[in-house]
Amino acid sequence: MNKKAVALFGAAIATVLALAACGTNPNGGSSAGSTDTNSTINVGSLYEPQNLDDTAGGGQGVTEALNGNVYESLFKLNDDGSVSNLLATGYQVSSDGLTYTINLRKDVKFHSGKALTSADVKYSIDKVLAPDSQSARKSSFTAVKDIATPDDNTVVVTLASRSISFVYNLSYVWIFNDEAKNLTTTEDGTGPYQVGTWKRGSTLSLKRFAGYWGTSATNAQVVFHYFTDATALNNALLTNAVDVVTSEQSPDALSQFTNNKNYKVNNGHSTTKLLLAFNDRVAPFNNTLVRKAVTSAIDDKKLLQSIWGNYGSLIGSMVPPTDPWYEDLTKVNPYDVNLAKQELAQAGYPNGFTFTLDTPNYDPHPAAATFIKAELAKVGITVNINIITADQWYTKVYQNHDFVATMQEHVNDRDVVWYGDPSFYWGYNNPQVTQWVKQAEQSATAADQTALLKKVNEQIAKDAASDWLYLYPQIVVASTNLTGYPLNGLNSQFYVYDIKKS
Amino acid sequence: MVPYLLRRVAFLVVTLFLASVALFLLLRLLPGDPANALLSVGATPQQIAAARHEIGSDQPLPQQFVTWLGQVATLNLGHSFVSTLPVGPQIASRLVVTVPLTLLAFALAVVIAVPVGFVAAYRSRRWYGALLGGLSQLGIAVPVFWVGVLLITVFALKLRLAPAGGFPQDDWASPGAALNDLILPVVTVALVMSASLIRYVRSATLDVLDSDYLRTARALGSSFVSAMWRHGIRNASVPVISILGIELATTFLGAVVVESVFALPGLGSMLVQGIAEHDYPVIQGVLLVSTFAVLVIGFLADLAQRIIDPRLRAPHLAASR
Repeated sequence: MNKKAVALFGAAIATVLALAACGTNPNGGSSAGSTDTNSTINVGSLYEPQNLDDTAGGGQGVTEALNGNVYESLFKLNDDGSVSNLLATGYQVSSDGLTYTINLRKDVKFHSGKALTSADVKYSIDKVLAPDSQSARKSSFTAVKDIATPDDNTVVVTLASRSISFVYNLSYVWIFNDEAKNLTTTEDGTGPYQVGTWKRGSTLSLKRFAGYWGTSATNAQVVFHYFTDATALNNALLTNAVDVVTSEQSPDALSQFTNNKNYKVNNGHSTTKLLLAFNDRVAPFNNTLVRKAVTSAIDDKKLLQSIWGNYGSLIGSMVPPTDPWYEDLTKVNPYDVNLAKQELAQAGYPNGFTFTLDTPNYDPHPAAATFIKAELAKVGITVNINIITADQWYTKVYQNHDFVATMQEHVNDRDVVWYGDPSFYWGYNNPQVTQWVKQAEQSATAADQTALLKKVNEQIAKDAASDWLYLYPQIVVASTNLTGYPLNGLNSQFYVYDIKKS
Repeated sequence: MVPYLLRRVAFLVVTLFLASVALFLLLRLLPGDPANALLSVGATPQQIAAARHEIGSDQPLPQQFVTWLGQVATLNLGHSFVSTLPVGPQIASRLVVTVPLTLLAFALAVVIAVPVGFVAAYRSRRWYGALLGGLSQLGIAVPVFWVGVLLITVFALKLRLAPAGGFPQDDWASPGAALNDLILPVVTVALVMSASLIRYVRSATLDVLDSDYLRTARALGSSFVSAMWRHGIRNASVPVISILGIELATTFLGAVVVESVFALPGLGSMLVQGIAEHDYPVIQGVLLVSTFAVLVIGFLADLAQRIIDPRLRAPHLAASR
């Protein structure tokens, strides 16, 4: 399988409230039974890093393997979605919300031996903001005006406007050694592991770092084994070549593991949504009634069932249940063929119409597109499925907006804010929503932010800005002698330092 | 022989150059920009321009070609757009998997095909001769990935006799482990390859068995074995060797499928990954090395034929045939 990691990283919005909530590792727990602290954990994944630098287009895989394991940020995004201190010991915000004074830990060393200072932090934030940065998080930091380093352990960031998600966003910024070179092929982070060897196309090994400032990893080595074929990955798990699969993408294969006492199938929370994204700028989808009709004409439940069996869930809008501003909106545009027909007639298309659906060529898009075609035929709409590569999608749909409707998976949490950007590929343009999104980011309190984003969420559902078909399941399959692995894999992170093998 | 060798080497170099031009141009005909492989959704136009500049896809084509050719001439295959790793060493590390896989599979295929093909010909009128001929026909029709999946299901998942895939992280540091990982892929390729080889060995043997010279040798008092040894094998091997050369090249290139089924980090999977990521230096490097290997194999097969068959060495003999 060759899936381009289309990561919808964005101007994400965080609750400062969550900061206070959680302190230590979510999966820390107490160790059960006899565990081997010198064990090697073999992790199977479909997402190989493209290179080792997340500001140079490393992709989804580099986050999975290195985030929190090799590189650490000032703050940490926990598996339950909360944010806690990591390399920072705390921070103070000025009353106008524009100045963040962040205090750093004093006992942190990079893998190269150099001590962490505020200069490294400034360097790392600048690296995300640099003109040649390919960081997907770059647009989250447009409010940053100045970064000062009054002493070795203090960083002062000045913002041009309030940004309630600033601390949350910092959990995506890896702290690099400011003197390190060749960061696309080597590393110098502060995390509990160092990169051992990287065999591109095959494996990436992580070795426990003896000089780690925090609690040592519970295993000595972790080897990520990369597969391009989901079946080969499952075979590796069945023959014990790997101990755990980070994200199962082959629903048909799950029965091999569900009825097998040697494996545990974990059904966690995902933030990946499958969208039928309309181009809201062009006819017929510039008409709200048409979008509502199409949404009501498709039986999402049946679609989810046919692709994922009993896994996954329906959403009804862009916000997954793990975001603080989630509401159940599946009833706004219910599955109702008669309603769809009425809306079509009202919109001036009593006999339907024909449109082209640009469909990425990797799973599950082609199968879902065929299903949609059959569903829409029932209300007189003819769908021409146009299969395109991930690369063509990027050029044709994302950059040039040259499409009528498309399908895409959007992986990130807190990404409803894209509906506030009229220049985004789907072209949803509601000035009120744009205003709410902007106000939400500049909120003084998390409650205000949540209230505003709930309004956004309700409005885009009413307008059927896109058709949110379903929320993916996040399935981690592991050998039963393994404990301590993350279940939710938020934004494709996969912390490995608490994994124990008995 | 020396002028022949010189001519043949010159031919090799010219072919390689033409192949490199074709490779370069064909790749550039693909739609899309390799810079896209580096970006994710959310990238700004400035980020896109920066990515294009970094990998040089904003340069005019002739300039890109000259840059690349200059690198190749100095045996530098450049750096991957995506991983930034140098392409040459990466190819070398992939050859460590693909070359043993190809050669072992090839050797096994020959070991299977020669005796089976001979028996199928020598006993073509008996039931088992016909059966072998029929089975080999069936073998040609079976796709290689299907054989791989079947072998994995039976020998890896059910019987647990061999691993289902993968390759040791330290390559050949422990040869036993590496060989163990190669067992099923080698058998897969060998089975499929031997099916077509059996057909060629069978037909070459049939020709020889029917030939006048063999009958004459027998009439002059040679035993069947000595007649076959002195005249038969030598004659039968000439067409078989040219087929062997083609088969070896096919296996080398066909490793793509087998490597994907068995999750082997070989040249084939590098090519597939390169194509998926629009990574021109990687695709060009792999195809250039593959082209070179195929040309060299063809060259060696030609050479072997000339050594075995004097008629090819001496034009006057060939002309009088």
